[in-house]
Amino acid sequence: MVTGVSRYLGARVASRLAGDPRVERVIGLDPHDPPPALAGLLDDVELIHADARAAVGVIAELGAEAIVHLAVAGAPDSQHGGRAAMKEQNVIGTMQLLAAAQGASRLRKLVVRSSTAAYGASFRDPAVFTEDTEPRAVPRGSFARDILDIEGYVRGFRRRRPGVAATVLRFAPLISSTADTTLTRYFSQPFVPTVLGRDARLQFVHVDDALEILHRSVVEDHPGTFNVAGAGVLMLSQAVRRAGRVSVALPEGTLSSVAAVARAVGVGQIGLDQIDLFVHGRVVDTTRLVEEFEFTPRSTETAFADFIAGHANGSSLTADRLAAAERAILDGIRRFRAAAAQESVDEADVEAEAGVGAGKRSG
Amino acid sequence: MSQDEFRRQLPGHGDFELPVEPPAPRLNGKRPVPEFTTPPVKPEPEPEQLETSDKPDTLDIWDQRVANGLAFLRRRLAGAYEVDDFGFDRELTETVFFPMLRVLYRDWFRTEVFGIENVASSGGGLIVGNHSGTLALDAMMLSVALNDQHPERRHLRLLGADLVFRVPFLSELARKSGATVACNPDAERLMSAGELVGVFPEGFKGIGKRFTDRYKLQRFGRGGFVAAALRTGTPIVPVAIVGAEEIYPILADFKPLARLLGMPYFPVTPTFPWLGPLGLVPLPSKWLIQFCPPIPTAHLVDSADDPMVVYNLADQVRETIQATLHSLLEKRPDPFGL
Repeated sequence: MVTGVSRYLGARVASRLAGDPRVERVIGLDPHDPPPALAGLLDDVELIHADARAAVGVIAELGAEAIVHLAVAGAPDSQHGGRAAMKEQNVIGTMQLLAAAQGASRLRKLVVRSSTAAYGASFRDPAVFTEDTEPRAVPRGSFARDILDIEGYVRGFRRRRPGVAATVLRFAPLISSTADTTLTRYFSQPFVPTVLGRDARLQFVHVDDALEILHRSVVEDHPGTFNVAGAGVLMLSQAVRRAGRVSVALPEGTLSSVAAVARAVGVGQIGLDQIDLFVHGRVVDTTRLVEEFEFTPRSTETAFADFIAGHANGSSLTADRLAAAERAILDGIRRFRAAAAQESVDEADVEAEAGVGAGKRSG
Repeated sequence: MSQDEFRRQLPGHGDFELPVEPPAPRLNGKRPVPEFTTPPVKPEPEPEQLETSDKPDTLDIWDQRVANGLAFLRRRLAGAYEVDDFGFDRELTETVFFPMLRVLYRDWFRTEVFGIENVASSGGGLIVGNHSGTLALDAMMLSVALNDQHPERRHLRLLGADLVFRVPFLSELARKSGATVACNPDAERLMSAGELVGVFPEGFKGIGKRFTDRYKLQRFGRGGFVAAALRTGTPIVPVAIVGAEEIYPILADFKPLARLLGMPYFPVTPTFPWLGPLGLVPLPSKWLIQFCPPIPTAHLVDSADDPMVVYNLADQVRETIQATLHSLLEKRPDPFGL
């Protein structure tokens, strides 16, 4: 059973699982209709229009063996009720789903989507988080707080149902040439606002790798908590430059208020979650993931390169243009130098001629 | 018998010569000791040669420099550079930060480095130093010294207080130059990756002390740096830095203002805050940096949690640094001499 199939990641996972012969039946649970773009993916998936509150009945009725909980919203969606609905879905939804799962006797596996936001944001944080790092401060962002609550419920579930293999996957921000998330929208603007005096270290994970990991955690047994991120680091400024965008640095307070106004108007979704990320940066250690899954997600750099390839329009300072400018300047210098050399040769000729003339005259 | 005759009778008088004073060893600083010998005069090249061969060469050098500069600018603007997990930007550090710091290191502080061979050419190491000088210039000079003097041009990964990472701009600069927050997970990760980690256990107590307390080591915290080194089996290299105490002599600490600004201390020096920004110019003291023989810890990996072992080792490091400071101070009678 997969929750959150009306969303991009949920739909992709459900269709992938439906295509796997090892999985008998895939049921998608979501209160909303999938958008037409994703509906094609869900042909082999049985859809149930219900939210997590109905999950109790559904899980008991169907005798689900594995639950993939992906109905975790990253940002408040004004079309579906804003922050209140987001909290309802993330926290209350998870709580009810896990309560239902606790009573399901045939359940063997639980896979929950979490985020590296679970590490919070503090100035005393270590530079690289391992799965055992505890958050030092409660984060300001609503998504990060929801993530902490969700992980708390999963811990409780693990205690009560030790027989169920619970996998918590802490994903770095997802990115690909087609994915549409808060961060991909952020990086595809022509002018990218950043925090003045801060340059965050970012990591991304490619959507295809995230799908692979989710798939493997359903068909194989990998209990535990894992960081899912591409190796390597891009600085925020570096990422903006690689995407060929122009960054506009604003003081943190100004950026928060501008973002708040933008959200109220309905453009952009930069919230405190993103600002925290841009101030503190977030890098995780994926050694445990690579060892357990025997799968290495492509590096942050490669994943981001794929994103750039899909969002070429809107970029102004691309690498090609910079290289062309460099060549133009060097050529200009060379031409100027050649002209100067030519002039001096001409002058020398004139002088030489004059000398010869003078010599002739004196002779 | 005249005096001359007597002298001639003395044995070996003919081949006796005053020993020629060996030329003063040139140390790594630019002007380490007053030079006794005149430098060998370079033979002037013929003027004709100058015009024919040297001029195109200098042009080529400038061509090269312009091309390199443009390529660097292009790489920076296109984001085509590598940054490690801690945010260390090697290219930026080597091409921008170090050349600027090297001016201070060589021309302003005339730094001399001793015992660089005590720093291993590969593998992890924990460099523990004394902290002084109001602003942490000693940490920067130590990284320049290691990059300049070490045959492998090693980079020092400094561990900074979290205050450094709270301040905008400063946090960015610190991360890009390879520093990270002083915490055990980061220190252990860097050391197990074979990096040289630099730590100043005195912290703000060291750099914020009065001028009258100069070269007196402050308390060494809880010895967390020793525990981190023990856990990874990394050798500890104590280092003594002389000279940083005189750059901004703290005459008084204006505590209420410090509390108001959220700083650990507000220094009052002979020039600051009286001269405004000019007070930030450090006094040109003479710097000596001595790396002491490494203290191996590989045999103590199991006792990283033993407070007695940790405390004794921290004490040993502290004593070594203090003793080395005294011996260096004897070498340098005049703080502002050449």
